[in-house]
Amino acid sequence: MFKWLEKNLPKIVMAPAVGLIGWFVYGFVLWTLYISFTNSKILPKYELWGFGQYEKLWASRKWLISVDNLLVFTALFLIFCIVIGIILAIFLDQKIRAEGVLRTIYLYPMALSFIVTGTAWKWILNPTLGIQKMFIDWGFENFTFDWLVNREMAIYTIVIAGVWQSAGFVMALFLAGLRSVEDEIIKAAKIDGAGLFTVYWRILLPMMRPVFFTSFVILVHISIKSYDLIVALTQGGPGISTTMPALFMTQAAFHKSQVGLSAASAMMMFMAVAAVIIPYLYSELRRENAR
Amino acid sequence: MQDNLKSSSYQQLEQKSKYTNMFLRWFLYFVLILFASYFIFPLYVMVVTSLKTMEEIRQGTLLSWPSGLNFESWAVAWGGRGYGAGDTFLKPYFWNSIKMVVPAVFFSTFIGAMTGYVLTKWRFKGDSWVFLFLLFGCFIPFQAILLPMARTLGALGISNSIVGLVLVHTVYGIPFTTLFFRNYYVSVPTELVKAARIDGAGFFKIFFKILLPISSPIIVVTVIWQFTQIWNDFLFGSTFSFGEAAPIQVALNNMVLSSTSVKEYNVDMASAIIAGVPTLIVYVLAGKYFIRGLTSGAVKG
Repeated sequence: MFKWLEKNLPKIVMAPAVGLIGWFVYGFVLWTLYISFTNSKILPKYELWGFGQYEKLWASRKWLISVDNLLVFTALFLIFCIVIGIILAIFLDQKIRAEGVLRTIYLYPMALSFIVTGTAWKWILNPTLGIQKMFIDWGFENFTFDWLVNREMAIYTIVIAGVWQSAGFVMALFLAGLRSVEDEIIKAAKIDGAGLFTVYWRILLPMMRPVFFTSFVILVHISIKSYDLIVALTQGGPGISTTMPALFMTQAAFHKSQVGLSAASAMMMFMAVAAVIIPYLYSELRRENAR
Repeated sequence: MQDNLKSSSYQQLEQKSKYTNMFLRWFLYFVLILFASYFIFPLYVMVVTSLKTMEEIRQGTLLSWPSGLNFESWAVAWGGRGYGAGDTFLKPYFWNSIKMVVPAVFFSTFIGAMTGYVLTKWRFKGDSWVFLFLLFGCFIPFQAILLPMARTLGALGISNSIVGLVLVHTVYGIPFTTLFFRNYYVSVPTELVKAARIDGAGFFKIFFKILLPISSPIIVVTVIWQFTQIWNDFLFGSTFSFGEAAPIQVALNNMVLSSTSVKEYNVDMASAIIAGVPTLIVYVLAGKYFIRGLTSGAVKG
């Protein structure tokens, strides 16, 4: 008995973690998947109902707006974060004085919650006392900046705040990538007459392919899950113009008693994340095994 | 000889482009400082706004300097005005967050250390599948588990309680903490463990005598990562708690959104700073570890 215990101790120690994740992650996802095939309203029902909830979901105007917003947000969020991140990383890599201070400034928003970020930007962007008033007081009398309360433009305020929070992170990833390149490669290229621009454009950036990939995956992941920032900044408004899938899901589940529909929307999000993550994990594992 | 020639022509090239270089340097610093101001701007606005009176806010601009160091809105944000019902302030919720964060960070870190230890030093058949099984938990969108989690917490009788939030954060922290410790222990030579086993040391003795003493860097990274994640969480907090048991981010959001009275932006900003200060302090004091966690944790999650 004691022998058996000793031999299996490592597995016994592993058991709680495996059990908890098995239950709370895999079990729960399967439960949500099952419920998405039922006609559950306030409370979960367990008779199968087929794809009805998914049909309802894709016929819902609010869901279509959510998906549309998600695509717009993801595209802009990706482009701005990566472009700003790369520019900052390359510029910081030029033996800059006070690099540490600048790096700290670029990255500190990552330490804040999206609620704090949203609260701050909501105040800055509000038309009556924020940026708009600042410019008017400075003498630009016709200056208007009402994106926060403008149906067409409100989604872009979420991009502004999101990029502000995450661009520094992309900078950190690229800076780490650039620093890991051997000096010899750069020296050799320079001796061959390549200018600084060519060195980066032709040699270093192409070498950063894995970093691009990683940033892409992380940023898409953040944007599919984005919830807090929208709650703090616009609550999905004006109207439903800035609603997103994560917001749709919680509202359907906890405010509108559409448990089945919310489960279907959650599964759509799950599949979107899986579509990005599984190829990533696969390539990461292959890279690790190749080593 | 040829080498000499090459390096001298290289120097000439450098000389020629001295002025272009100087211009480039100025441009570089200009862009870097421009972006630094974009990043620092909201923090600056938050701090000066929190120090102004509402009268000053209406008259000045976002950037204008406050007339003095007026900490009244900080006092209101932290302790309220003292008129009883409807007076929401952050102090009790700040303590809720502390009571939630400390045990959740402790348990998730401990479990992660144990699983990381087993997965690298007591390898068994199929252990890499077990790792993958746990790792996948880093990526799931939490929307896919919110409904059953709410029901489970209700069934356990711990919905809308700090205990419930501790459980939730511990469980969903395990994939990350496991990842951190596993990746750290992989680089510890297994010979050390093998030698200790030959000397008759057992499972726990090896962990506490050999691995734990050299684990402080990864413990710091993990604790900072978990602390930041849990302190900043809003989704779980707002879904599984309300009223008195809410953590600080939920309370902050409620305070800012409450439309009962005239908007007091100075109090809002003071509240936002109070909710953000603990993680900011950690970032400033231990930035190196913070970034290390960010790049290794988020690279995979």
